[in-house]
Amino acid sequence: MSAVPIISVDGVSKQFGVSYSLMRRLAGEPPLAVHALNNVSFEVHRGETLGIVGESGCGKSTLARCLVRLLDPDGGAIRFEGRDISTLRSAERRAFNKRVQMIFQDPYGSLNPRMTVSQVLNEALSVHRMRPKRDIPARIIELLDLVRLPHDAASRHPHEFSGGQRQRIGIARALAVEPDVIVADELVSALDVSVQAQVINLLLRLQEELHLTLIFVAHDLRLVRHISHRVAVMYLGQIMEIGPSEGVFASPRHPYSKALLDAAPELDPTHRSRVVAARGELPSPLNVPPGCPFASRCPHVFDRCRVERPALTKRAPAHSAACHLVDFGAMPSALADAV
Amino acid sequence: MSVAVEKIGLYPRFRRLALPRTLISGAIIIGVSLLIAFFPALFAPYDPIAFDYKALLKGPTLAHPFGTDSFGRDVLSRVIHAYTIDMQIAVFATVGPFIFGTIVGAYVGYAGGLAEAIFGRVVDAVITFPFLVLVIAIVSVLGPGLGNMYVAVGIVGWVFYARLVAAEVKVQKRLDYADAGRVMGYTPMRIVFRHLLPNAITPAIVYWMTDMALAILLGSSLGYLGLGAQPPAAEWGVQIADGKNFMSTAWWISVFPGIAIVITGLGFSLLGDGLAQLMRVRR
Repeated sequence: MSAVPIISVDGVSKQFGVSYSLMRRLAGEPPLAVHALNNVSFEVHRGETLGIVGESGCGKSTLARCLVRLLDPDGGAIRFEGRDISTLRSAERRAFNKRVQMIFQDPYGSLNPRMTVSQVLNEALSVHRMRPKRDIPARIIELLDLVRLPHDAASRHPHEFSGGQRQRIGIARALAVEPDVIVADELVSALDVSVQAQVINLLLRLQEELHLTLIFVAHDLRLVRHISHRVAVMYLGQIMEIGPSEGVFASPRHPYSKALLDAAPELDPTHRSRVVAARGELPSPLNVPPGCPFASRCPHVFDRCRVERPALTKRAPAHSAACHLVDFGAMPSALADAV
Repeated sequence: MSVAVEKIGLYPRFRRLALPRTLISGAIIIGVSLLIAFFPALFAPYDPIAFDYKALLKGPTLAHPFGTDSFGRDVLSRVIHAYTIDMQIAVFATVGPFIFGTIVGAYVGYAGGLAEAIFGRVVDAVITFPFLVLVIAIVSVLGPGLGNMYVAVGIVGWVFYARLVAAEVKVQKRLDYADAGRVMGYTPMRIVFRHLLPNAITPAIVYWMTDMALAILLGSSLGYLGLGAQPPAAEWGVQIADGKNFMSTAWWISVFPGIAIVITGLGFSLLGDGLAQLMRVRR
């Protein structure tokens, strides 16, 4: 892990407008907007795997799409090797996307149903001039080997493959342009558990072989714990806690992280807990509460939480949380080295 | 390794396709129609515009299987020669709208926003008027004749193709493969024309085939009204119009061209259905 981050996200916000209804116009109320991302900041270091977890609707997919510039943030900046990616124009942008690739969630929608695997890979290789024309067929074979697909896959269409195989085609497509960073949005959530493991292990092996930086967006906590060096926990478009994977999972410093972990089903019936970790429903992202976004559900809520939004502050080396209860989840021993 | 490399073609390997029966029957009908249209003289027993005052309004006989009209012209020969004009109408009146409408639809569907809003109003304006009335109005302004008919149909007809393509492109562009293209750094032109359009064009092609049948009917209607092909040219609509005063005494003048319209229309419809089945994407 080098000191200079490969990607730094600095106070990024993203809103999606909702149609401005006549009633609201007449009543003089401001237009509604979904606050998908709210002042999100973090850094990604070269070669690491950063997991981003959270409930559905917390903005993690929006964040992933901002990172590859499928969406432009409304506020803040995303910097790749120190350059604000929103300033990149055509050729520079292509060069940026060559280095920062994305793998998509839906194994059925993410491949053009009319193109064979070799056409898909050939297009990526030739548009970016990755290889001279005559070397492209050999490179396609290499890529298929890399993602463990049989050579005869090249001439087949996506509908002839299973979900797991399609995700591997998606990985091969992303790898065709030899990127440094791969953003994987819910890579395996559409797959069977048995196939999930294959695809994940493939990705981890490729990361090691090709020295990739991975940003792994998922809602499956066990998966993220298994593969990530660091984890960011998101809630309602904000980062609640970010830190080393083991730290966050072993001793969460934010009530929301703890609630998420407690809510994950326990396989051992003797350890089954009946304590409800978080009450109620997610507040509407149209109307994010002024204080801590988690205040309406937090079991440890007190007055200050409802009026003042807690900032992300350091709890341990490389471990931060956004909670007014600074000592929350601190081990007595860890408390000493925290400050 | 080298052997394997050679085997990997960049194009889908040839596969035996079970062709839909509708496609085969449609293709046969249209194929024969085109053959007649290109070489009518090979099939027609008489000159289509030669008068024969000794054989006026004769019913079907061996010498004139479809009978003769009020000028003694052989109806069979006229029906056969009409293929040239009517197939030409089918193609010329629809190719322009198909191509132009597809390009506009692809742009509007992908761009959305202002382009879509403006396009929506244009569509509203066009579909407010019945198609035939609008075409007749335009032809009346431009003057009768086939050339002006193509212009009139073109001005109105592209809207329907554009609407079909725009709606389909709008669906396709939300799928992840379009985003994957963007992340790959492909240009919008490449994404629209290489990725989205091949997946969005099927309904337009199917509609095109139906539209060819409709164009023949429209050409015949305008011919009937005297705004399309001009007499003495052999055209099915003109022929039906010629026969309208003799319906009770010489039905064959109108009925045989009518049957020709039905068969050709059926051929295009079958072809369209067959193509739709053939191009259906398996997911």
